[in-house]
Amino acid sequence: MVPLSWYLILSAILFSLGVFGFLLKRNIITIFMSIELMLNAVNLSFVAFANYWNTHPAKLASGANVVPLSGHVFVFFVMVVAAAEAAVGLAIIISVFRTRETLNVDQVNLLKL
Amino acid sequence: MIIHQILFIIFGIICVAGAVNLLVQRHPINSALSLVVVMASLALIYLLLGAEFVAAIQVIVYAGAIMVLFVFVIMLLNAGSEERTRGSHIAFFVGVPGVVVLAGTVAWLLIHSGGQLGSIKISASDFGNTQDIAHLLFRDFLLPFEITSVLILIAIMGAVVLGRKES
Repeated sequence: MVPLSWYLILSAILFSLGVFGFLLKRNIITIFMSIELMLNAVNLSFVAFANYWNTHPAKLASGANVVPLSGHVFVFFVMVVAAAEAAVGLAIIISVFRTRETLNVDQVNLLKL
Repeated sequence: MIIHQILFIIFGIICVAGAVNLLVQRHPINSALSLVVVMASLALIYLLLGAEFVAAIQVIVYAGAIMVLFVFVIMLLNAGSEERTRGSHIAFFVGVPGVVVLAGTVAWLLIHSGGQLGSIKISASDFGNTQDIAHLLFRDFLLPFEITSVLILIAIMGAVVLGRKES
């Protein structure tokens, strides 16, 4: 019997740590890994709510037609998008490294005002 | 069901410790390995939630495929330790307090009124097994599923085009 709020708090903590990494890290690969961490945090709350709606169908708003298992399908789609994003993002990182010879985001500032 | 809570707390602590280690480490390869720890312990938390299929693809796709891609790129580019630079002032003075306030508010709300939400048992039924997800995925969500396969194809082509050496 784990309260649903524990899962949501863990998810919020992981998401915040991901945002911290995104804001504070200077290495472009580590920034990218922080984004993956945020996606994982969201997946955790999807799965927790899927289980929750399965065991508490009475708490749904009346008239809501929810298949609880669709939370798992959404996690599947998030993972597919994350995989596609990782492939394209890492290709961009390789391309940036080839032209700028650096992985530090402070030195990739051509678009900066 | 005290064992359920103990397991959740153990894996949750491992998860948060891995995420903190990701931020603290200065070498990207150490960050990548601690992200693998986070993903593996998340897969175990998914198992506690009865999501067998999601736990399996978490290990195979995330901890397997995506992290191998990350480690491969880190080693390919011979990425060294992170340089200590000042970074963005806006991110530091606006972003960080903003996230602290937001996460604190969410956690406070959940702690104070989370009791109304109820709790989750280890489901004895076969909720979340692969067969049910396959029915859902290949019948109700068939069109989104096909669109994601096109998305993957486009991503592969984009990665090839971006990674190609210009002649």
